[in-house]
Amino acid sequence: MTVMTGDIATYNFAYLDEQTKRMIRRAILKAIAIPGYQVPFASREMPMPYGWGTGGVQVTASIIGPDDTLKVIDQGADDTTNAVSIRAFFQKVANVAVTTHTRDATIIQTRHRIPEEPLTEGQVLVYQVPIPEPLRFLEPRETETRKMHALEEYGLMHVKLYEDIARHGHIATTYAYPVLVADRYVMDPSPTPKFDNPKMDMSPALQLFGAGREKRIYAIPPYTRVVSLDFEDHPFEIQSFEEPCALCAAEGVYLDEVILDDHGGRMFVCSDTDHCEERLAQGHKGRLAAEDAYAAKEPAQ
Amino acid sequence: MYVAVKGGEAAIANAHKMLADRRRGDRSVPAITVEQLVEQLALGVDRVMAEASLYAPELAALAVKQARGDMIEAIFLLRAYRTTLPRFGASRPVETGEMIAERRISATYKDLPGGQVLGPTFDYTHRLLDPELAGDGEVPPAPARESEGEPLTRVADILAHEDLIERSAAGPQDEPFPEEPSGDLTREPLEFPMARDLRLQALARGDEGFLLALGYSTQRGYGRTHPFAGEIRMGEVEVEMDVPELGFSVALGAVKVTECQMVNQFAGSAKVPPQFTRGYGLVFGQSERKAMSMALVDRSLRAGELGEDRVAPAQDEEFVISHSDNVQATGFVEHLKLPHYVDFQAELDLVRRMRGEFEEKAKGSDTAKQEAAE
Repeated sequence: MTVMTGDIATYNFAYLDEQTKRMIRRAILKAIAIPGYQVPFASREMPMPYGWGTGGVQVTASIIGPDDTLKVIDQGADDTTNAVSIRAFFQKVANVAVTTHTRDATIIQTRHRIPEEPLTEGQVLVYQVPIPEPLRFLEPRETETRKMHALEEYGLMHVKLYEDIARHGHIATTYAYPVLVADRYVMDPSPTPKFDNPKMDMSPALQLFGAGREKRIYAIPPYTRVVSLDFEDHPFEIQSFEEPCALCAAEGVYLDEVILDDHGGRMFVCSDTDHCEERLAQGHKGRLAAEDAYAAKEPAQ
Repeated sequence: MYVAVKGGEAAIANAHKMLADRRRGDRSVPAITVEQLVEQLALGVDRVMAEASLYAPELAALAVKQARGDMIEAIFLLRAYRTTLPRFGASRPVETGEMIAERRISATYKDLPGGQVLGPTFDYTHRLLDPELAGDGEVPPAPARESEGEPLTRVADILAHEDLIERSAAGPQDEPFPEEPSGDLTREPLEFPMARDLRLQALARGDEGFLLALGYSTQRGYGRTHPFAGEIRMGEVEVEMDVPELGFSVALGAVKVTECQMVNQFAGSAKVPPQFTRGYGLVFGQSERKAMSMALVDRSLRAGELGEDRVAPAQDEEFVISHSDNVQATGFVEHLKLPHYVDFQAELDLVRRMRGEFEEKAKGSDTAKQEAAE
């Protein structure tokens, strides 16, 4: 394997040593073989903090090769600080090509979003996962939740959703909305908004989930049935926005609310920056595109 | 494109330059050296080595310097370095009975073979700030006595002769050490329930403050263990490794450790006769607080094995071990700094909708009340 040589320390290609990569790949293969099942793995200490994407970084580091093109997003954007930091890490330790275009990427590492542009065969989406256990907030003990998964005992989750409806009139889970994978395991999709849940269903791309601190890897193989939990009389529904993106006029996409002043002025813009920029390049124009948008922009960074 | 909280590479790079500047501080003050830290802030360096699970004083001191004295950050730096190191093999268990002890005390016997050795301790100092230390005054060398050269018998071994205390799983007086090297939770995924070797490893690298608080809680009645400090010893022990090609073990060097053997009352159970039980603590460097806390928590966590009711936090293995690692804890607590606006947006949407429904309902009931009044 290629080795990166620095002045004082030498790191293997993509930081992790080959033994560790092999261990992680074995966990990934097992995860693919049992869709939605959380495979324990010997998570390593990484040079970034736990909770900041160490699971995703380890998965990416184990599958990436010199010919890959990497895209890293956080909150849907390529230019948020942690996405910039992780992308820079892989440029440094693996010297791979990077892109912001969803279409051009072979591996996309993400935190909290699935890109708006449909993924294609051959692409891998790597999720950073903080708490892999969908039942964790109902039952804090790992020994118990593993048993519940083994017995397919998911009544507690349905009771929770039912109680939401009884109390609030609807299911009060808006992100990290639980899904049933391949008709067997209830899985946490990571804290993506439930808006993104339907994108996981029958996706042509391979979806891998890495939780570094909690030492778990799980997967959804391509073309796997992923169903958001719901009730016949309270069917699952995704968020909808009343106005289109203020910049590119896109509808049916997930929007960020941006505060413009302290009198309640605000605008809604695409959370997926690549998608928004591409639409702007195609000539789509929203309410605040061009002049207004530049007026609102902060001084050059 | 409007990017309010989205920072670029330049912003990150500049932040790091500013950090480097602040770390150095006033340039007219001489920079602190790694040697100074190793020599004069030795206990801080020891803590970093203990909780990073890497015995390397210079590297730990460098980490303390780089982290501006933030201990958890220093521990994190050293661990991130440790994780990249290849594993050659496992050493033989260190023999603390053969320690050249700088300090050795027992709270259970007034006197014992080898005697009580106070050594370099803060105990019995009066905590009065010493103005002379603000300067660089002469410090006379410590008085020294010729060592008798005899290894100090461990208190637990004295008790073991009468079977008054449970035997340790493997000790010099028992069967030989098991062939299997003990587990390593930095190489194997953590699974509950844990074997005691892994649990002790987790405690040894656990956060000193967290274990201190848990140990303290057992003394205040949350899972009381009736402990006596059977023995605390601190000093250097040899680390040896078996080399199969040579057919004998080779000394790799010496490490300074602190060991604590707690002796705990135990009334016995259906399976076990009444005898004292053990809580064990062993940490790199000089840290009695950590070794004692570890021993208290180790004993508490053995509740299940000894047939005691598990009622207190310190007896709950999943709770204790899952939250004792300060590098994991600080990472996850501090990750709340990362942007969460996608999720927050989803919550905003829900709260607005629910407020709308609430107001409508309130309006509805107002109208109903008015109608009733009319």
